[in-house]
Amino acid sequence: MAEPLLAASGLIKRFGGLLATDHLDLALADGEIHAVIGPNGAGKTTLVAQLQGELAPDAGTIRFAGEDVTRLKPHQRAARGIARSFQVTSVFRDLSALDNVALAVQARAGHSFGMWRPASSERALREPARAALARVGLDGRAGMLAAHLAHGEQRQLELAMALATEPRLLLLDEPMAGMGTEESARMVRLIDGLRGARTVLLVEHDMDAVFTLADRITVLVYGRAIATGTPAEIRADDAVRQAYLGDEA
Amino acid sequence: MSRVGARPLALWFGLALLLALPGLAALLDQPFYLTLVTRMLVFAIAALSLDLILGYGAMVSFGHAAYLGIGAYAVGILAFHGVTAAWIQWPVAIVGSAAVATLIGLVSLRTSGVYFIMITLAFGQMLYFLAVSLKAYGGDDGLTINVRSRLGGPLDLSNGSVLYYLVLALLLGLLLLCRRLVAARFGMVIRGAKSNERRMRALGFPIVRYRLTAFALAGTMCGIAGVLLANLTNFASPAYMHWTRSGELIVMVILGGMGSLIGPILGAFALLALEEALSSLTQHWQVYLGPILILIVLFARSGIYGVLAPAPKASDG
Repeated sequence: MAEPLLAASGLIKRFGGLLATDHLDLALADGEIHAVIGPNGAGKTTLVAQLQGELAPDAGTIRFAGEDVTRLKPHQRAARGIARSFQVTSVFRDLSALDNVALAVQARAGHSFGMWRPASSERALREPARAALARVGLDGRAGMLAAHLAHGEQRQLELAMALATEPRLLLLDEPMAGMGTEESARMVRLIDGLRGARTVLLVEHDMDAVFTLADRITVLVYGRAIATGTPAEIRADDAVRQAYLGDEA
Repeated sequence: MSRVGARPLALWFGLALLLALPGLAALLDQPFYLTLVTRMLVFAIAALSLDLILGYGAMVSFGHAAYLGIGAYAVGILAFHGVTAAWIQWPVAIVGSAAVATLIGLVSLRTSGVYFIMITLAFGQMLYFLAVSLKAYGGDDGLTINVRSRLGGPLDLSNGSVLYYLVLALLLGLLLLCRRLVAARFGMVIRGAKSNERRMRALGFPIVRYRLTAFALAGTMCGIAGVLLANLTNFASPAYMHWTRSGELIVMVILGGMGSLIGPILGAFALLALEEALSSLTQHWQVYLGPILILIVLFARSGIYGVLAPAPKASDG
């Protein structure tokens, strides 16, 4: 395998006496969709937060695109191409959907000390923003306040924002949470469409989606990676069946 | 923005009235009104500058009056030493308030919420007591300014009408500047950071440096208001920097309507007019001012500006 785009090694994160991340090694190959599954409390969101920079690991290193990013802050990692969608939808509720995405485009467009020209008249911001909205199927909602969008639409908006920053790595924390069947199917198609173009770390409880999308799967239990492999390998893994998939497989 | 509703009409009418005011005051032989409205315009600039960080950035600076004092003392101290040229006084005031605002911002912006309010309050009071301790420049009593800033040319600030029109022009200029700023890339970052700080960081914005810039800009604008206040009152006083003055600025912003720029201007007019009217009726005017403010804030959540017309819905553009 070529050098992975992201490699975490020996990650440890403690919350008091709780070991939320336990000597975790994880490697994401460039262009793959890598799912992380595990029961509630397995430390999935904690892992995502460490990869994005919101949480600092107690030990271990994170390398991204050949650079040690362990000590970098979220905005510095974002500038290097790591984007994240949150488990609990995180958008600008008092801005329109289009302004939400335009702000994401702006984050990629160098500094933002422009103080005279209205951002809404900048085609360099508006057009990529419209394209990203169209990509997630929200082109009809451009002018609506984000707060007025349906729950599923807000999640799509968040994905549009993440995509608009043109990241190399997308950290998606339960993108299907709280979505209806139809919305979920749409989200699966969207993520599937990113295959090869973006590297995706997908944390998801919806096993159908995970096994449809993932090139590889890592199973997390109590902060430890107990198995990593292709969907077929994970399905056949005894330890995984016992620890996690047991009642479903 | 081609829609001409009740709000723009009322504002254009107000502007026409402001333009005609020196003439009207002279006609009615009531020079007092010229001074009063000039004072309102000066505080409108201060409130406008505070709205930039409070209304758009949710930075509740409780020490904003400090910059009024810095502007005023820059004029006063230089005049005391015989330097009355505006081209020296004003840049000193502007650079001084910008520098102080940057320093205060550097420390204060490491905190947020209540802590930010308390730290800015503490800085404001520090500067207040610094002014009180300046015995050479009047200390507690303040510093009388015998000669107003000399601008040269036909602009003689000792003429009340000239000062009035200069203040009005500066207010309109700064209002235009702020309107452009909040809609530009910079303003979008400030508003985004107010709306969802976590999301901004995840998108890749180093938000502290944008906030610091906004904080310094607002302080600088308020410093200009201080320069004008000193010229209007012929006086620089520690009282300009007292924390109650900072509180009044916050009241003006909230009363007029946060995050609307024009609202805080209306708020400055309304608060000073209320003070003026009530204090002419009774010595205990503050007892009446409090409940009136509470009622307005309770029944007009988005302030006076919000009452004039409801905010337009978001539209694509």
